[in-house]
Amino acid sequence: MKTSIFISALAAAVALGGLASAQTLDDVKARGKINCGVTEGTLGFSARDGEGKHQGFDVDFCRALGAAIFGDSEAVEYIELSSKNRFTALSAGQVDLLYRTTTWTFSRDVDLKTSFVGVNYYDGQGFLVPTGLGVSSAKELDGATVCIETGTTTELNLADFFRVNGMSYTPLPVGGTTEAKALFEEGACDVYTTDASALAGVRASLKDPAAFQILPEIVSKEPLGPTVRHGDDQWGDVVRWTQNALVAAEELGVTSANVAELANGTDNPEINRMLGSEGALGAMLNLDADWAARAIAATGNYGEIFERNIGENTPIGLARGLNAQWTQGGLQYSPPFR
Amino acid sequence: MADQTIQPPRESFNLSMLLYDQRYRGLTIQVVVLILVLSGFFWLANNAATNLAAIGKPIRFDFMDDTAGYDISQHLIEYNSTDSHGRATLVGLMNTLLVAFMGCVTATIIGVVGGVLRLSNNWLVSRLMTLYVEIFRNVPVLLWILVCMFTFTALAPQPREFRGENPEATMKMWDSVAVTNRGIYLPEPLFSRPLGDIDIGVFKISIELLVLLGLLAGGILFARWNAARANKIQAETGERPTTIWMAVAAIVIPPIVVLIALGFHVGKPELTGFNFQGGINMSAPLIALWLGLSLYTGTYIVEAVRSGIESVNKGQAEAASALGIRPGRTMKLVVLPQALRVILPQLTSQYLNLTKNSSLAIAIGYMDLVATLGGITLNQTGREMETILMTMGIYLTISLLISFSMTRFENRVKLVER
Repeated sequence: MKTSIFISALAAAVALGGLASAQTLDDVKARGKINCGVTEGTLGFSARDGEGKHQGFDVDFCRALGAAIFGDSEAVEYIELSSKNRFTALSAGQVDLLYRTTTWTFSRDVDLKTSFVGVNYYDGQGFLVPTGLGVSSAKELDGATVCIETGTTTELNLADFFRVNGMSYTPLPVGGTTEAKALFEEGACDVYTTDASALAGVRASLKDPAAFQILPEIVSKEPLGPTVRHGDDQWGDVVRWTQNALVAAEELGVTSANVAELANGTDNPEINRMLGSEGALGAMLNLDADWAARAIAATGNYGEIFERNIGENTPIGLARGLNAQWTQGGLQYSPPFR
Repeated sequence: MADQTIQPPRESFNLSMLLYDQRYRGLTIQVVVLILVLSGFFWLANNAATNLAAIGKPIRFDFMDDTAGYDISQHLIEYNSTDSHGRATLVGLMNTLLVAFMGCVTATIIGVVGGVLRLSNNWLVSRLMTLYVEIFRNVPVLLWILVCMFTFTALAPQPREFRGENPEATMKMWDSVAVTNRGIYLPEPLFSRPLGDIDIGVFKISIELLVLLGLLAGGILFARWNAARANKIQAETGERPTTIWMAVAAIVIPPIVVLIALGFHVGKPELTGFNFQGGINMSAPLIALWLGLSLYTGTYIVEAVRSGIESVNKGQAEAASALGIRPGRTMKLVVLPQALRVILPQLTSQYLNLTKNSSLAIAIGYMDLVATLGGITLNQTGREMETILMTMGIYLTISLLISFSMTRFENRVKLVER
């Protein structure tokens, strides 16, 4: 028994080494679908709907990628990963990329041998408390018990925040979101902390959302973005520029409604280059000329994706904030298509 | 007549005998198999190391010295978020050992009492025990741990219910014990004239504890010497001097004197801010995990004890009864010692199971070895191979130690035949 576990661990490592170095884009094309790593269920970002289909902000980026590569936004297999096993799954080749609310940090980018190829949501860690607690600022949380979903940068930010402010706390790190939420609702902890975006989803899914409030402090920078394996730049380029196309489309006024019409040619050369009526950007990516047009047609531009999944008219109700276009005072900015 | 014994021809050893001579063939095969197995292992390990190096993650353990950066609420030794991953691992290991030890003790008590009751002649008692065994044994232990956790957090009052003029909840035992849904807060022993700690590098040992334990051991030694002396006097004179008072005095008085000298008092937990502060805190996850594991593993020990008792020949109990020994003492002095031989091997495997099952702790937020080294450390450093191998190695070591000590105990109670 002991030896068999050892052998299987070693065998896993062997497999891990064998799969990782291949050219991902070729693999994906040969397979006919993308294996996209998403969360196990964060309302608004990736969760199954009533019919068991994955829906959400992150999911739409995977669909756009499917449309760009295959012309079929359904050519995506969604693989639900916990925060703990996501990087293992990526480096072992189980998924081609992560759109899994994963924070871009130095050590993950450099030491973990993964590469972050963009930011699809600028987030920050926040705190959710019952309104009955009588707390209006995170600085008043000295001595509180804090529920954390374990295996995330959240624990480190939390430790830093309380240390810097000279406060004590009792961490209650729980294995899964469901358990953590249940314990929070039963009052096993005073505070629930995670990224503010997910916090909005957690609040929306509680029995009585009005009895809970999100504190104003955002205690960390959490740029969430797509993650690919280190060293496969061709695949990284495909993921990066598909996302950039969605962002640029919003800036240039290309929407899912007018993309078919604009793809025939406009008087704006950048739109023409992006949608493939001018130049050969698609070929440079080893994709068809209309790759970006297909992606935008499938999911809409960045703004449409945002409003449909997590915008102010959804139960999640997030404002654009930092995620507005740079022309609107936000941080979403695509390098030029040239 | 000449000597009839036939001298076998003295052959010199040659290599083909390794294969064709029965005396050596077995050995040859074993050596060849051993070499194959070892090189197989070497190939696997080497392959893993090479491939990990190829994707830029060579097997290294230096991350254990890096700053952990996360907090652990229950730490038996001093720890904060600026300590290393190595120390966080040690904290997690001690939490694992603590809950495993508590669980093993409780499960054994449940098992022995339950096993005896299960064979009770009282219909209701024996059926109740059967019910307990069947319910707890046939549901996965993870569910029991979750049930314990959610029941505890739902039923026990929140700390804020202790506040106000007419609080909904009050402290128990003369205001010294607070039962909240965050955990149970017990009074802690404090000294106003403390002796300090000895720092032995990894953790500190309180001198007060050492002194008290020393005095207690001394008292017990004195009591045993005193009892031996009484035996001797009894053998010589036929009269046994009373030993009980001297024994009690030797064990009880010195520690009390020292406690008074050190200014012993009790520190009560107090509600400050969100939670109770001070006192000894048994956190809700610890209680839930402890209860869940004990109740679950207890059922297996109940069955082990029952089968052990049933394995003892009925004649033994009847003989004891014929000699006029009462049923309770028959069980204690005649049946259980013999049943022990059957019970112990099963007990060992249950202790191992309990220890390994304690790794389910993360489901309810108890920071054990798997949650620290195999959880947050793994996730923060991204060193899956190293952390998992280390976690496996540590569990293996714990299990082997348990097995080893139980085997020694088994040898002591083994049937000695004359």
